[in-house]
Parts: sequence; structure tokens; C-alpha cells
Amino acid sequence: MHELSIVTNLFEILEEKATEHKAKKIVYVKLKVGKLAGVVPEFLETAFKLYRKDTIAHSATLEMEEVPLKIQCKKCKSEVTKDDFVFICPRCGSRELKTLAGTELLLEKLEMEV
Amino acid sequence: MKKKEVLVLEELLGSNKKIASEIRKNLEDKGILTINFLSSPGAGKTTLLERIGEKIKPDYKMAVIEGDIETERDAEKLRARGIPAWQIITGGACHLEAKMIAKVFSEIPADLDFLFIENVGNLVCPASYDLGEKLRCVLLSTPEGDDKPKKYPKAFTTSDCLIISKADLLSLLPFDLEQVKKEALEINPRLEIFITSALKDSGIDELMSFFLSHLNKIRNQHA
Repeated sequence: MHELSIVTNLFEILEEKATEHKAKKIVYVKLKVGKLAGVVPEFLETAFKLYRKDTIAHSATLEMEEVPLKIQCKKCKSEVTKDDFVFICPRCGSRELKTLAGTELLLEKLEMEV
Repeated sequence: MKKKEVLVLEELLGSNKKIASEIRKNLEDKGILTINFLSSPGAGKTTLLERIGEKIKPDYKMAVIEGDIETERDAEKLRARGIPAWQIITGGACHLEAKMIAKVFSEIPADLDFLFIENVGNLVCPASYDLGEKLRCVLLSTPEGDDKPKKYPKAFTTSDCLIISKADLLSLLPFDLEQVKKEALEINPRLEIFITSALKDSGIDELMSFFLSHLNKIRNQHA
């Protein structure tokens, strides 16, 4: 349950961005949550709703896009989306893989009233 | 009232990562190898550290940063064995963060060889937080069961080394060692695996050789 701690970081960035753009309020927050980011989206949402009161984003809606784990084989170059966490290329069996997506935990974009 | 869309693309744990990078650089410049121990509660992190301390005492200097929700117990245990230890009491938080390490940082002696960080016992949340370590080790004790790597993928995919602890109990438990190794390497092919028993002193020398090779590596790089 480290989601509340993550949401605290999110609101630090939100306050920063609001000041930078002289926003009156933030109305929409979009996150990208990788399948292997180690967080539970439902818990993030609960924490967000708890935390937003009395902040610049008190009425903001939160959207989360779950990003599947995507890997690329360094040998045969094929790109595969994985449902499990088996880091073996399903095409050629190589274990030399690069993770392309699925570990991120990003604040992608915001909408604000200025 | 005008609406404005702003593209941000900022990592939510970016501030933690930044502090962690500074800690890592600082420790590496001093030639200290920092190792973060992750596991569920009771996997034997403290006992392993006590054993390591005993083994390397005449030749190397080590210290430990202890993370616990409550009590100084672990740090006291280590101090009783002559190992300098700092206790971070998180007061309920389920993991250590880089800023907590930064707070005790000024007290860490510069002439250390090894700095161990014993994270809060939890196989989930600590995996998301870089603490500035050079190596991350996940411990899995045999009584916990052999199904853990795929149940807690993040702890295993972000680690450099897997330490199977309490191996002296293997003959008593339905723990399939080969299956664990296979699953762990499936989710992280670069894992180094060590089978250890701190009580019976087995596998610890192999683990220490692994740590020593990394210590030499950072010292050669910074020589």
C-alpha cells in the first residue's frame, strides 16, 4: 500500500505545474500505469480521491491508462506483448530482451483552467 | 475561463529517483558498495547480516541501515555484534524511500566497504523505490513456499540477486528448489542465485565473493 505515498508525489507535481501555468484549478489528470509498475490502479484512485480535497485539483477527474508489458527480443527483433512475466522470447527462445513498455508510472497530461 | 491542456510526461517517482541517483554517486565515489535487501518479514535478513558481519570482520568494514515500521530491535541486534547500524522507523510506512536514506546519510562513515540497507519486510512496495543501491537482493526463505517469484514479479525483476535463505530446512519442506530457480530466471534471466543458510553457515562465502567482485568493480571504475 504505497499508493498514498505515490499520490503525494503526484500532487507535488500538480502544484508545481499549476504555479508554472498560473492555473486556477486542475480539472483532469491522466496517468500511465505500467502492468509492472508495482501499483494497484484502484488503490491509486482511492488515494487520489482522498488527497484531492482542499488542493488545486479538488474537482479533478483521474484517468489511468494501463500499459501492458511489451518486450523486444535483441536477437530476432520481434516485439511481443506479454500477459505473464516470462522474459523469454516466444519466437526464438532468447533471454536477451529489452523492455519497451510496462514498467512506467507517468503523469502524462493535465487539463487546467487558467 | 480558458481551458488549457499540458503535456507533462513526468515520472511520479521521479523525485525519489533523483535523490537515489545522488546517493548512489556519492557512495560509489567513496568506494562503498551499497546493497538493498528486500524480503517478506521473517525471511532472515537480519540473521544473514549478522553472519556476514561475523565473516568479514577482520578484513572489511560494513554498516547497516535498518528499515522497520516500529522498534530499534534489528539495529540493536547488529550493534550488539559490533556492526554499526542506523534504525529508520517508518511509523507505518511499508517501504523505505530515498529521502529517508538521505536523512541518515551524513552519519555514514566514509571509510566503509559495504553499506547494507535492510528494507521493511514486504515483498511488494519496497520494489518500487530505488534507494541509491548498487545491488538489490531479494531473499526468499524456504518456509515461505516455492511459488513466490511469479506472485511478486516486481521484487524479482528489479533484483540483481536472489538469496534462498533457510536452506537447512529444505529436507523438511515441500519446496521445489529447481522450480524456484527456473521461475525466477524466467522472470529475470540476469538473476544470480545463492542457496544459503545463515544458521548453518552454508552458501554465505559464495554470496560474499559475489559482493566482493562488485566492490572491486566499483573501486576499479573509480580508481
